[in-house]
Amino acid sequence: MRSAEDRRRMGWGATRLVPALMLAATLAPAAAFAQAGAAQSGAPVEITYLALDAPRPRPSTELTPPPKDVGLAGARLALADNATTGRFTGQEFKLDEAVGADAAAVTAAFKARLAAGARNFVTDLPPPLLLALADLPEAKGATLIDATSTDDALRGADCRRNVLHMLPSRAMLADALMQYLVVKNWRHIMLVQGKDADDALYAAAIRHAAKKFQVGIVADKPWSFNAAAQQADTGHFQVNTEVSNLTQGISYDVLVVADEADNFGDQLGYRSFLPRPVVGTQGLTPSAWSPMFDEMGSRQLQLRFLALAKRMMTDRDYGAWLAVRAFGEAATRTASADPAAMAAFLHGPDFTVAGYKGPPFSIRPWDGQLRQPVLLADDRSLVSISPQPGFLHQFYETDTLGTDKPETTCHMS
Amino acid sequence: MPHVLKPLLAFAILALLSPAARAERLLLSNEKDNTITVVDAASLKILQTVPVGARPRGLIVSKDGKSVYICTSDADHIEVLDLATLKVTGNLPSGADPETFAISPDGDTLYVANENDNTITVVDVPGARVIGAVSTGVEPEGMAVSPDGKLLINTSETTSMVHFINPETRKMIGGVLVGQRPRYAAFTPDGKQVWVSSEVAGSVAVIDVATRKIVNTIHFQIPGVPRETVQAVGINITNDGKTAFVALGPSNRVAVVDVATGAVDKYLLVGQRVWHMAFSQDGSRLYTANGVSNDMSVIDVAARKVLKSVPVGEEPWGVVDVP
Repeated sequence: MRSAEDRRRMGWGATRLVPALMLAATLAPAAAFAQAGAAQSGAPVEITYLALDAPRPRPSTELTPPPKDVGLAGARLALADNATTGRFTGQEFKLDEAVGADAAAVTAAFKARLAAGARNFVTDLPPPLLLALADLPEAKGATLIDATSTDDALRGADCRRNVLHMLPSRAMLADALMQYLVVKNWRHIMLVQGKDADDALYAAAIRHAAKKFQVGIVADKPWSFNAAAQQADTGHFQVNTEVSNLTQGISYDVLVVADEADNFGDQLGYRSFLPRPVVGTQGLTPSAWSPMFDEMGSRQLQLRFLALAKRMMTDRDYGAWLAVRAFGEAATRTASADPAAMAAFLHGPDFTVAGYKGPPFSIRPWDGQLRQPVLLADDRSLVSISPQPGFLHQFYETDTLGTDKPETTCHMS
Repeated sequence: MPHVLKPLLAFAILALLSPAARAERLLLSNEKDNTITVVDAASLKILQTVPVGARPRGLIVSKDGKSVYICTSDADHIEVLDLATLKVTGNLPSGADPETFAISPDGDTLYVANENDNTITVVDVPGARVIGAVSTGVEPEGMAVSPDGKLLINTSETTSMVHFINPETRKMIGGVLVGQRPRYAAFTPDGKQVWVSSEVAGSVAVIDVATRKIVNTIHFQIPGVPRETVQAVGINITNDGKTAFVALGPSNRVAVVDVATGAVDKYLLVGQRVWHMAFSQDGSRLYTANGVSNDMSVIDVAARKVLKSVPVGEEPWGVVDVP
């Protein structure tokens, strides 16, 4: 899903959304401002952005190359937001950007920061590496805010007390989509799953959600066609025939695709045997963020991000923005730069962060997941926001998405 | 309500309104279709729809009552609408993306929140020029000037703070952290308290001006209404300082609050996504701009009842009552 979203959401559509005036708008220079009555109170709040710069899969088209600063740009914007607040509260914020080329480099960077006293980490790491770092003995007093993963195991059996998660998990995304299908009464789906391990996890989340919301999977098929065919001259004829063959003879309402790396999902729409919409990792996509979303004050965040990064905000930018803002809220509300006090606040009942999607977001204490609504959007419009009306919950309606307390497999010691 | 009753009720309301016929008009800013709807307060009929600059939002009546200043946000300036001719007669500079503003008691200075720039722009009205700027928190929004003109209040949404500014020196003199996304600030008539609404927190902080401390936080729980739709925005306090009306956004309710105790006495069902409001000149009516249902609700202040809704333009944002 990453590259699919990155590619789609870095957005040539950006200019449509944004009036020219925004290009002139810049963040106010903080240094030029003398703040009366806001004495600097001790040490700065230091946040380390820890990322693995993994080689990216080749995009299905070279015409929209993925941006290089995905995630990081969101963290930088949140730092600017925190710093502006800090001018009034007398707190200084620093972002240490530590990007490693491989697991060993990231691990070494993490250990060096811990040894130097750093405790606040925002991570953009694959789940195994995140787990390995969280389990280091010296990481016990650290807080790792996972800005970019959607992995359910990290919120389940592999959960860790020192790790929090900003983006919706795959289970939350799948539930958000399934609730919408139920509301539309599109109860018969065909599932097509890509070859990658991540696709298997996404498809598993879809199957689980379908069962939970009583949506029938009438066909469940792997995609085995050569993903590169589209780029060959006249390759689109082959792809069209392939998709037609794959979907022929099956009666379903929507085609659900599990293709997180964007290898083939965009090649399904308009090519199926029956005219049916595509949903899932392509087409109508459940996601944390969308450039087509401008309700609930989000337009301001979209414009601030665009001014800074010169592109539209992706899910992973949004996750990193939330993570750095979460540390900012912890520092502001506790009036402290002490990582232990901040961590206690982040895990406590009073922590919330405003994420431009309506209600304040809080943390599910049983698995460290940030509660939030999930957007349902395609490339050009916001279609809906889940939880859908009518899906009720005893405490938080957003807890109808993903793994609720009674079902959790997370048992933090 | 049964259909047969509707005409009867409408007739009854009109009968009620007619004797108190006032030469008052209501102006609503429609941020989507770039117009101002002018409504006759007595008949509640639309008199005129005036095209203005892109994305009109904040509205303030000039000190002499002859014109209305309009924040045309996407046009990056303030337009001056002449109330006699209902034509835009000029522009004032505002800095980029003006959304809301406040006016000094002498009517000569506007303080404009530039939402995307973390800045407040100070505008000299007679000279039509920018005379200063104040750096503030992220996404400045709410603006208010104290009744004596000696204190300027600004709220910044992402910073979640209420900033106290000396309008003369244009320096920050203090700040108070409040609930998330503070949207609007209103002084009590005696100037002793400032009430600040928080959209995401869905609450109102009552701040003592002298000590700059929160003395009460008002929460809104409406039976059968999802918590996340309760987004506190506009606040209008009656001239006697006894009652506050708080617009609660997409919960489609206006809360009636006892100022002395902070207790919510009643929730009034109005149009969809109610943001900003205005009292009539005599304070007997309260008008609300309902952004999603594209209408204006008329509230009887004494009876605490919604009398009528009037269709206006697209996405009405704010409303002012003009003589």
